[in-house]
Amino acid sequence: MIGELVIKRASKISVECEIKNKHMENENGSAGITRREMLAGTAVAVTALAITRVTGLEAAPASPIVTPVESAGVSFNVNGKAVDLEMDTRTTLLDVLREHLHLTGTKKGCDHGQCGACTVLVNGRRINSCLSLALQHQDDSIITIEGIGTPENLHPMQSAFIKHDGYQCGYCTPGQICSAVAVLEEIKAGVPSHVSTELMGPMEFTNAEFRERMSGNICRCGAYSNIAQAAAEVAGVTG
Amino acid sequence: MKPFTYERAETPAQAAAAASKPGAKFLAGGTNLLDLMKLQIETPTHLIDIGRIGLDKIEPTPDGGLRIGALVRNTDLAADPRVRTEYAILSRALLAGASGQLRNKATTSGNLLQRTRCPYFYDTNQPCNKRSPGSGCSAIAGFSRQLAVIGSSDACIATHPSDMAVAMMALDALIETVKPDGKTRGIPISEFYRLPGKTPHLETTLEKNELITSVLLPAPLGGIHVYHKVRDRASYAFALVSVGAILLKDGSGKIALGGVAPRPWRNVSAEKLIQTGAKEFTSRLLEGARPTQENAFKLSLVQRTIEGVLTENRS
Repeated sequence: MIGELVIKRASKISVECEIKNKHMENENGSAGITRREMLAGTAVAVTALAITRVTGLEAAPASPIVTPVESAGVSFNVNGKAVDLEMDTRTTLLDVLREHLHLTGTKKGCDHGQCGACTVLVNGRRINSCLSLALQHQDDSIITIEGIGTPENLHPMQSAFIKHDGYQCGYCTPGQICSAVAVLEEIKAGVPSHVSTELMGPMEFTNAEFRERMSGNICRCGAYSNIAQAAAEVAGVTG
Repeated sequence: MKPFTYERAETPAQAAAAASKPGAKFLAGGTNLLDLMKLQIETPTHLIDIGRIGLDKIEPTPDGGLRIGALVRNTDLAADPRVRTEYAILSRALLAGASGQLRNKATTSGNLLQRTRCPYFYDTNQPCNKRSPGSGCSAIAGFSRQLAVIGSSDACIATHPSDMAVAMMALDALIETVKPDGKTRGIPISEFYRLPGKTPHLETTLEKNELITSVLLPAPLGGIHVYHKVRDRASYAFALVSVGAILLKDGSGKIALGGVAPRPWRNVSAEKLIQTGAKEFTSRLLEGARPTQENAFKLSLVQRTIEGVLTENRS
């Protein structure tokens, strides 16, 4: 019975499309159905058929297919505010920040830890939030770009990025800023890098050091030299 | 990712015991595991988070060595003053790998256990004996420029991507573990990785549910420590060829290669030829190499890199 109804419904849509097609043919390019309407009409017809095939010919009404989902809870601190969440265990820190907490400043660039657009600070350390489960961060202190500064109260790194034109499209920028802020801390803390001539001893902000340490943040617009200038200013290094 | 249940382990013993649950895997930093789970190459149904079971210390041992906890982050290991002064090859190797963000999250044990970046392993549309045993190897007749020249087989030419493991091979590290029944053991790194042979899906000699708790480094050897990584980009790229070398005052050395094999490649008996010359040593070290047309260049690249390392660092 349901099968019959479906076929009728689909036919009705196809017929509507046919009528519209004829209309188009007769009109010689004026008004009539647009390509978009044609495709939408066809898609609806195909979808109507597809959905009903799934439910088969039972008398019972169609019900959605449900994938069993595992949930768990976690609580941590974001930009100074305590949050308590329950979500799908698969939710990454990136997705929790963007989708659940609506902190959309942090961006999803590659979702595989290769671009750095998702960089946030966790307990003062920069990480790729796309390669971390929200559940891994129980009691952690997380800072996103929203917590670095606001339009009314810019972080010096943000002011420097503006001053030195450190971005074009802006998509990599929150990650660049979070990373750059952390890099300055890492240098201060004496963490060595691949380009450090001496492993021990104080680390210095140089252009070469900054570029190496920022290699995990890529920028398709190529704002790199301006980003480096901005960071150099914040680091108090001129020229 | 496929759905999974999740628990936070409190102790190593509890983690190892929990691992007997079907489909369970340990989660340390997650920078490799989550990447693979997003592609459904890894599909655990239960994750045991071992991030807070107290394995994050670096401690001296009574005989002057260093015990590195399995959960020590790569950044912390590279920056540790004892590592920087007495095991500099390890610091240099770690710093040559990944990015700052990844090093901040990745762990010692995770770094050892990370899986190959062979593009065919990663592409679930392609046959891959490592990912799907018996399906074939797409790499052998495919784009193999970055892949193995030695230690490989007709079933698999994947390389191990870790820089840290190369340094640990040169340092003769011992990988310490605990099993679900509580028994502990130490596996020399030279016996830790399996070569692919006919079973490329079996990568280590760890038993099912065996948990790495620490890595033990012997007392420092002194000498000059070098990690020279040759790659297409100056940073944030895997090695085409890397050379980890410890060159001692008496002219002897310990040298391991990265980027050329399914595990860090070292031949202890060949090392007596280091003093004879790079050509002779490399020839012995790469005996039995079976490169593809696309990666045969790695053989001379290895020799030249070793030549450079020896020339630049001899007093």
